[in-house]
Amino acid sequence: MLIAVRAAVAAAVLAVISLLGVTLLGATAAHAADASLVGSFTAPDGTGLSEVSITVSNEDGFSETGTSDANGDFAIVLPGGGTYSVEIDVTTLPEGISLENPDDASRSLLVLGGEKKILTKLVEGEGGGGGGGGFIDVTGDQFLQLLFDGILFGVMIALAALGLNLVFGTTGLTNFSHGDLVTLGAFSALLLNTAGLHLVIAAPIAIVFCAIVFGWGQNKVLWRPLRKRRTGLIAMMIISIGLAIVLRYGVALFFGAAPQTYKQYAGQVGISLGPVTATPKALILAGLAVVTLVVVVIWVQRSRIGKATRAVSDNPALASATGIDVERVISVVWIVAAGLAAFAGVYLGMTQNSVWNMGQRILLIIFASVILGGLGTVYGAIVGALVVGIFINMTSLIIPTEMKTVGALFVMIVILMVRPQGLLGRRERVG
Amino acid sequence: MDWGFVLTQTMTQAIGVTAIIYCLAAIGLNVQFGYAGLLNFGQVAFVAAGSYAVGVIVLTFDLSLWLAILVGIIVATLLALLLGIPTLRLRADYLAIVTIAASELFRLTVRSIAFKDVLGGAQGLNGKLGQQFHDTNPLPADFESLPVLSWTRQDLWVVIVGWILVAAVTVLVWLLVRSPWGRVVKGIREDEDAVVSLGKNVFVYKLQALILGGVIGALGGIVWAVAKQSVQPDTFQPDFTFFAYTILLLGGAARVFGPIVGAIIFWFLLAGTGEFLGQAIQAGWIDFLAPTDVGNIRFVLMGAGLIALMVFRPQGIFGDRKELALDAR
Repeated sequence: MLIAVRAAVAAAVLAVISLLGVTLLGATAAHAADASLVGSFTAPDGTGLSEVSITVSNEDGFSETGTSDANGDFAIVLPGGGTYSVEIDVTTLPEGISLENPDDASRSLLVLGGEKKILTKLVEGEGGGGGGGGFIDVTGDQFLQLLFDGILFGVMIALAALGLNLVFGTTGLTNFSHGDLVTLGAFSALLLNTAGLHLVIAAPIAIVFCAIVFGWGQNKVLWRPLRKRRTGLIAMMIISIGLAIVLRYGVALFFGAAPQTYKQYAGQVGISLGPVTATPKALILAGLAVVTLVVVVIWVQRSRIGKATRAVSDNPALASATGIDVERVISVVWIVAAGLAAFAGVYLGMTQNSVWNMGQRILLIIFASVILGGLGTVYGAIVGALVVGIFINMTSLIIPTEMKTVGALFVMIVILMVRPQGLLGRRERVG
Repeated sequence: MDWGFVLTQTMTQAIGVTAIIYCLAAIGLNVQFGYAGLLNFGQVAFVAAGSYAVGVIVLTFDLSLWLAILVGIIVATLLALLLGIPTLRLRADYLAIVTIAASELFRLTVRSIAFKDVLGGAQGLNGKLGQQFHDTNPLPADFESLPVLSWTRQDLWVVIVGWILVAAVTVLVWLLVRSPWGRVVKGIREDEDAVVSLGKNVFVYKLQALILGGVIGALGGIVWAVAKQSVQPDTFQPDFTFFAYTILLLGGAARVFGPIVGAIIFWFLLAGTGEFLGQAIQAGWIDFLAPTDVGNIRFVLMGAGLIALMVFRPQGIFGDRKELALDAR
């Protein structure tokens, strides 16, 4: 009996529906309303599933049914951005294939218009075009749009990178769980938002909550005792990896694997600002982020505790000898770092969506930023993040968008070869 | 609750194909990290290189599997050179970030549409990748199943050859680390400047350790492609490397048998909790969880286990604290 049940479970696991690359067609911002949903149905062994029906509809009465081709690929043209419900007709799946989670048969999906990255070439779905299509002419407007999108993205990365760098500077810890602090920020706000609080109220509460619990608390419970035991930096790095795994899968456990959006400001339409387009929420978030970054920089440069932070970064033993309470400085740094990361999480959750592995996805981009700018430096984190953010967006002019992160990682490796201390780092031996 | 079923499944996975793949990856890391002190966080790239060599040579170019194994080893060597030459002079934390970035760079490149014709894009390469190996299967055709362990005829043959491979690699590592080469490498881990002052070219030794560890990891990837007859780019996520590290640290880094013991215990625990929770949910013992939560819980427990291990017993089960202090900077 149990064996039979087991067999049924195994059959369910066979169902791998790779949902769904959502890609916007359209060459410029003005055409961003032309959206489409492309994706493919793939069996566990990787073969495409043909003749599977999928229906996309919205509240305005739009409804379109697509059927996958011989490779399992499908594409449905949508009238524009917004929330759609996507339904897979499970009866059209081949025998022996079913959904791992039957609830996934229908779900709602947010297709963003305007500010979700405008692709510079017509994207053919997975397997649609082989070479990914040729290049199109780049107009001045697109250039500016990508530059602008890059700055907006870079500002978000800067929030996370600055926190990572402050922690690294004062404690020497390369924190692999920093990305998951970003995730926790997004989901703390989501939790409050789903509980009924308006996002404008939920977001600041979530950020303060993260700063205290995941910043001050994390340092108090985990890192401070480890420093007292004189745990090595490599051991601490590995502990941060363990923590990252716990947090990431913990979020997946409590919130599920599907991307989620906040109740407010979800499907905002972009407004045009001269040559570029952006959603009002992205502009406001970027403005707030810039203000935050400036405040933190001034704080580090001018305030007593900020100066103490720099002293500790420079030489903890010497700082301690001059009467600075090093542990107190580190506590403050953790609070600031976790708060900044939570802000980055809300930013990312509002402009894209909140998903359990969002932090892991941007972790390497954050690392690339801090290495580019200089590990442990305050200005370096910000400059590095802006450069990386712009670079990632601009490179989609010349390389396929799916590979834009590759470019950033490659540049990071090159930087390490020619200038390992980063653009603004002090020259010291890192080899 | 069928305890027999839980135990059977757990044992089968604890010494099964996946355990062998992770064991080989961890042996590679043991050479790099345990003995040479290189914090390679991109081991999964070497595993992927081995898998893709099999996929591309056998499926895309329709050539022999035996040639593919050779190509896999060559590709892993080239990858180690490519990765090592620019980065091996860097400090441990920089090396960690660069290698993890390189492994993601590798994954994103092989899954891209640009190389779909050769590498299969996001779907990867699927087909009769290991047929030539499976044709050599000496087990009787009417083979049903071993008592307790529920492998198919095909899997059992992979498991037998796989563990022989693990044994051979372990002997090789054992011989190497007690040779003069091993002493120099361990010396680099302990005090690089001291070894330099003895006139040794530290860089070359590090590079050799990276290549050796990478090739061993690639062997794991070859086993993977042959056993699963499929190469999927998104299975080569950074988490693979972290699991391999957990295995290494569980068994004990810088111990020849560490990765083997670690892999078996790791998969015993991971499979055991998975099977147990799955059964307990079905039996109605746990009603606040859905069967789909089991995978996530396993990983949460695994991460917590890794933290606990590093906090309370950083030398692992068989490790020697004096051998590897784990606090070089």
